[in-house]
Amino acid sequence: MTIIAAILATMALVNAAAAAEPAAPCAVPESLLPAETALTHAAGEIKDRHRLDISVVGSASSALSGPDGARFAYPAQLQQALTERLPGIDIKVTPHIQLRQTTADMVAALPKILTADQPALVIWQAGTVDALRGIEADDFRASLEQGIDLIAAGADVVLMNMQYSPRTESMLGVSAYADVMRWVADQRGVMLFDRLAIMHYWSDTGVFDLYAATHGYAMARRVHECIGRALALQIISAGRLDVKKADLAR
Amino acid sequence: MVAHSQFVRPVAAALPPPAAASERDLRLDLFRGLALWLIFLDHIPENIVNWFTIRNYGFSDATEIFIFISGYTGAFVYGRAMRERGFVLSSARILRRAWQIYVAHIFLFTIFMAEIAYVAATFDNPLYAEEMKILDFLKQPDITIFQALLLKFKPVNMDVLPLYIILLLLFPPVLFLLLRRPNLALAGSAVLYALTWKFDWNLPAYPNGVWFFNPFAWQLLFVFGAWCALGGAQRLALLLRSRAVLALAVVYLVFAFAITLTWHFQSLERFVPSWLGDWMYPIDKTNLDVLRFAHFLALAAVTVRFVPRHWSGLKSAVLRPAIRCGQHSLEIFCLGVFLAFAAQFIIAESSGGPLLQTALSVLGILIMIATASLLSWYKGMEGRPQVRAKTPNANVAGGGA
Repeated sequence: MTIIAAILATMALVNAAAAAEPAAPCAVPESLLPAETALTHAAGEIKDRHRLDISVVGSASSALSGPDGARFAYPAQLQQALTERLPGIDIKVTPHIQLRQTTADMVAALPKILTADQPALVIWQAGTVDALRGIEADDFRASLEQGIDLIAAGADVVLMNMQYSPRTESMLGVSAYADVMRWVADQRGVMLFDRLAIMHYWSDTGVFDLYAATHGYAMARRVHECIGRALALQIISAGRLDVKKADLAR
Repeated sequence: MVAHSQFVRPVAAALPPPAAASERDLRLDLFRGLALWLIFLDHIPENIVNWFTIRNYGFSDATEIFIFISGYTGAFVYGRAMRERGFVLSSARILRRAWQIYVAHIFLFTIFMAEIAYVAATFDNPLYAEEMKILDFLKQPDITIFQALLLKFKPVNMDVLPLYIILLLLFPPVLFLLLRRPNLALAGSAVLYALTWKFDWNLPAYPNGVWFFNPFAWQLLFVFGAWCALGGAQRLALLLRSRAVLALAVVYLVFAFAITLTWHFQSLERFVPSWLGDWMYPIDKTNLDVLRFAHFLALAAVTVRFVPRHWSGLKSAVLRPAIRCGQHSLEIFCLGVFLAFAAQFIIAESSGGPLLQTALSVLGILIMIATASLLSWYKGMEGRPQVRAKTPNANVAGGGA
């Protein structure tokens, strides 16, 4: 047991050391990117209609307060990053952010959103409010599965888990909810954007000091920008959307 | 523990069987002490030393060990009291113990509130507007404190003591039955556990949700511990000596280890067949998932096999610190919760790395050992006459949360 523990601890250390090497600001290591998951609806829309409609469904951590918050929050950043990386494709990201809504609330709101937006891809950010409210793991899982079934009928899904928030970690237990999301994503063959692990990585490697108390919006905006970019990159590479772009150029 | 042997031996000599249960089993103190250390380590969220705690190697964690041993020692001490001095007196002692734990819990709550209030007052980052909502209860201190006194409001990591309070409050009639019809009592406990799963019973929590440790489910482990202490262990002895049981336990532990590996290395997750995951997940800590209970049983079976009761190592200086901590479990548990708060606070304030985390973990355990030694020293110094020594010693032995 001790030997195994030592090996695991060493691996963790080595990981941390490797992570400490200078990299592009807010880059995400390979190990945090999910396995390839074809985003067929998104790829189809890009190929056939030269456009990509994305709905973002989420709670407060998908938005930013303050002046012009929506312009700096990750949905807008995602739209910008995708537009840069997929030239010639009309990208439209529509956020549907409701504060304090649990996953079950979001599932109830989904049909309307899907009808209104007709998205090819839904970014579904969930878990934080469920953790705040202490929703039972089984119910949380059932809601996720129900929502995925609703969306999957006409669009691809990317699940996004909670933010890494070291200051509230001892008060707000999110890891059980993150585990459920990982498992559901894996089971349903749905892509997961592991915001929790990615932000944890940024914190560990000193990209962001997430412990810092700051009244300003500068850091929150930079974090959202990085999330938007990382998300765009993940969607394109793990979802193999760039391949389709090559097709398009021909 | 000089005071202990003074207490235990004369009474034991005067007692009719079960004789095997009459001498204090140091293994209980040892493993409870170790469990206390692990609980302390696990309560520091950002801690590299957590890689060494058992929850990373299987389904169950230190909580199971702790509740089981608490049931065992509780039955050991109060069972004798009930046999000797009757139901009323032993019940009164059990209830006084529950009261002590309640006071300890409220004390910890006060410290926790101080930390939270500090974070709420100083920490502000628009990035975490949503997460900070967890502190909304500070806006209604009247309701919050009242709910805490009712044990409905329990911040993270402060769930174990309320569970223990409930278990003790209900313990007198359970113990009464255990002394007369032990198997019936255990069966009743198992039925309650099954019904809890079937009907989703739990106690309500504040501001919403239910108790993190469902007392109706976790009582099974506590009653099972008590049952073992009152002769059940001997009844199981034959089973525990069989090679087939050992093999089964080892196979299950290996299986659990393999599954936990897939949690740490997500690339391994694809090797878990989906039917298995569907059946297995979520592994519910709140309701003491059967997989967790079985994992604890397997661990216990293997441990009992390789650490015999009269193992000489139990008297060695190396293990004495852990045994000491296990003997003062309530005090050391509370200290551990406090130290975990403190360590986490220091790590957060200094954005500390693995080195600081390791140093704080070691320091915390050293403080726990020093405090336990001090408490033992106090007991020794007091040198009370034997008859009077009974009560406090019973508390120590039955203690722990």
